[in-house]
Amino acid sequence: MVRTSLTTASPGETLQVAREFASRLQRGDVVALSGELGAGKTHFVKGVCEALGVQSAVTSPTFVLLNRYQGRDSRGEELLLYHLDLYRIKSVEEIYDIGYEEFFYGNGICLVEWAELLGALMPPARFDIRISAGEEERRRHIEIEQVGSQLPHLRTAKVRSS
Amino acid sequence: MRKPVFLVIINNNFNDVERRQPLEKAVHRRTQRSTELTVLGIETSCDETSAAVVRDGTLLSNSTATQLFHSAYGGVVPELASRAHQQRIVPVVEEALRVAGIGKEELDAIAAVYGPGLVGSILVGLSFGKAMALGLGLPFVGVNHMEAHIVSNLIESPRPDFPFMNLTVSGGHTQLVLVKGPLEYEILGETKDDAVGEAFDKVAKMLGLGYPGGPLIDRYAAKGDRTFVNFPRPYLEEGSLEFSFSGLKTAVLYYLKRIGFQKAQHRVVELNPEGYEEFLANVCASFQAAVVDVLVDKTALAAKRYGVKDIAVAGGVAANSELRKRMQHAAEYFGLRVFVPRFEYCTDNGAMVAMVGYLRSHEGKSSSLELTAEPSLALH
Repeated sequence: MVRTSLTTASPGETLQVAREFASRLQRGDVVALSGELGAGKTHFVKGVCEALGVQSAVTSPTFVLLNRYQGRDSRGEELLLYHLDLYRIKSVEEIYDIGYEEFFYGNGICLVEWAELLGALMPPARFDIRISAGEEERRRHIEIEQVGSQLPHLRTAKVRSS
Repeated sequence: MRKPVFLVIINNNFNDVERRQPLEKAVHRRTQRSTELTVLGIETSCDETSAAVVRDGTLLSNSTATQLFHSAYGGVVPELASRAHQQRIVPVVEEALRVAGIGKEELDAIAAVYGPGLVGSILVGLSFGKAMALGLGLPFVGVNHMEAHIVSNLIESPRPDFPFMNLTVSGGHTQLVLVKGPLEYEILGETKDDAVGEAFDKVAKMLGLGYPGGPLIDRYAAKGDRTFVNFPRPYLEEGSLEFSFSGLKTAVLYYLKRIGFQKAQHRVVELNPEGYEEFLANVCASFQAAVVDVLVDKTALAAKRYGVKDIAVAGGVAANSELRKRMQHAAEYFGLRVFVPRFEYCTDNGAMVAMVGYLRSHEGKSSSLELTAEPSLALH
């Protein structure tokens, strides 16, 4: 497991961390974001999307559950980004209803806000991003952890079975 | 196993004859068709399952399903599940036809929302609408949910005159649109992050008020002091018509952290319940004032910039009493008129969809049956 912990002093710095993090992402990756209201989860997703060439506005998907953006991978090929927000979810059943397999085990990159609500549906191979508020208003602690990275076969198997 | 549910369908009250005048000729000036046109509209883009019938610009019915669960069974019925729409769609459409007093064979077109919204939810109404159109051999009209909100101000009289400035504010949307004519729009500004209704919901959650946050904050704010906390007004760069409410939400969070709200909350409730209520009222009033200041100022600025005389407000947040009041004040100051639909047409409803369907059908327009759900559909 690889874990990085850092502190940013402004929303701008958080965006920069997100942009750098984006360079580690590959097709099929799932990014699970957690942190309280106003921690800056959507802000972090903005940075990732920006780095991956998304041109359209990245807004909070709280209401619609899912936003889909068109981006580009490092080779300039089209890349789909799924931006989920489970804030309004009341039961795991609803996650089944939105067809989560397509986003989690597909060919794009999936970013999930309030990922802790996934429960048993949490993909075993993923990036965990935990954002927490600092003492000062603009300060944030960001923890980035790659989970299940030693098991690349797990991910491949999942892609095949989907 | 899904728990059994009771289906409750709410129909609009149609006793108010004054308001039921059909759309003025100005709205359909471009066509000379005079044949009677009856359109069914279906809305399932989010939580609400709703259907309505419009005949020649007059609304005949608007039926919306609300799901209640039997307390004996308990448990929460997931509001968002598209399965809920599947259970409700048939009875809701039947109810809309029954109240309108017409049979399926009297319909001339079927309209349904194809975006933006929740893909699984949209698909139910859209597929149902397309199948019904195919089965009856009628034209199908795909409706943009954002356009339908704008048209909600044309359902009943008094109606704004074209061109008018429209502010759509709801749980999922914040949009300022110049409505140049019937079915002619220009987006002037949108939210860069959170929608207004979302900010209301999340601040209500921080304060432990419950859901939905809009009406709760509105109610508390009515008794509070709007100058209690000076929250930032997110105007963005000067003259901008874009919106941003994420920073304001965070400002409320940090204010509550600074004063130790979470730690003290339970003790204060016990020791001084009245003082606690007063505190909540003051914070709600201060937060709401910051939101409303921005909404009103930008809408008035846009109205002035584009030289329009009428302002229309649509979407669930249009029910907010402070927003209505302050928009009215600003309008009086600038010599403008303000229009807000009745509450049942502010929240998601079939009537606004049927009305768009009617306007499009009247122009001889329809959509392909191959139209698919577009969750991020933009207004154009």
